[in-house]
Amino acid sequence: MNCPECDAKIKIPDDASVGEIISCPDCGADFEIASKNSGVCELKHAEKVGEDWGE
Amino acid sequence: MPKVRIVFDRVRVEEKMLEQKAIELGHDTKMIDAKTTQINTESKKNNFDFGDVVIERCVSYFRGLHFTACLEFLDVPVINKFEVANNCGNKMLTSLLLRKHNVPTPKTYFSFSSDAALETLDKEGYPLVIKPITGSWGRGVMALKDRDTADAIVEVRELSDGPLDRIYYLQEMVRRPPRDIRAITVGEQVIAAMYRTSTDSFKTNIALGAEPIACEITKELDDVCVKASKAVGGGILGIDVMEDEKHGLVVHEINNTVEFKGLAKVAKLNIPKEMIEYAIASAIR
Repeated sequence: MNCPECDAKIKIPDDASVGEIISCPDCGADFEIASKNSGVCELKHAEKVGEDWGE
Repeated sequence: MPKVRIVFDRVRVEEKMLEQKAIELGHDTKMIDAKTTQINTESKKNNFDFGDVVIERCVSYFRGLHFTACLEFLDVPVINKFEVANNCGNKMLTSLLLRKHNVPTPKTYFSFSSDAALETLDKEGYPLVIKPITGSWGRGVMALKDRDTADAIVEVRELSDGPLDRIYYLQEMVRRPPRDIRAITVGEQVIAAMYRTSTDSFKTNIALGAEPIACEITKELDDVCVKASKAVGGGILGIDVMEDEKHGLVVHEINNTVEFKGLAKVAKLNIPKEMIEYAIASAIR
């Protein structure tokens, strides 16, 4: 599918799951896979890393 | 067939490993996105599909903590419990509980104003390590080596003025080799441990590039980690241990949503398998 930001081609691995982050190889924008139905993914902008993220 | 649910807000390698292993073990497994789940005060357990047990794996500490509170409100068994997440997410509470339960831990000073923090530093001497009360991946952890550095950090905190910025957590700088130990406890068992070695900083977080090297689980390490786990309420935890030249092993931090992709490379046991089996056993108990 194409990057919602810069329209470059983004390759999403077949085994990628909802909630995973995909980065556009051209513009570097991060997207979260919001839904996946019959191999068709819907992307949304990934959340920014928060102050309380991680361990 | 037990129903395992994994609550996430961002799927990392760890969540994928847990999901895959739960499926391999033959459990009815589902991933639940905390960000799209709606809960209210009239919600009932049977409005949702939270299965027999939830493993809470949000990368955002506060999101995970509050989601856990909702799960417990619905009487859904969740690993870790709210109380444990709260104890581990706040470094001051962790330090107090460790000391209270006689777990060796670095001497730590708590000050409740910038003036008091500077007074502590001047009195106890430099360096002390300053850490945010809640924080992760080593962010905001700094060695205060002199008064000038301390003044600068205090000024930054006063400018940012977050609700926890006026609570100062200052810890002795432990003399140790340039590494620490990360152990994972599951219930009352240490299932894996590694050294995290850092070459260019005193911080040893894997997130900052520290190298994982297998570490033998000695009786001393096992004892101190199990005791530390009990002190905060138990569950699935990442215990951070330093090798103090004077006092032996000391526990300096306990992590509630433990990351294990580094440790999985060197561990003998299968970490996700141990976690899932523990979660199911805890729920059925």
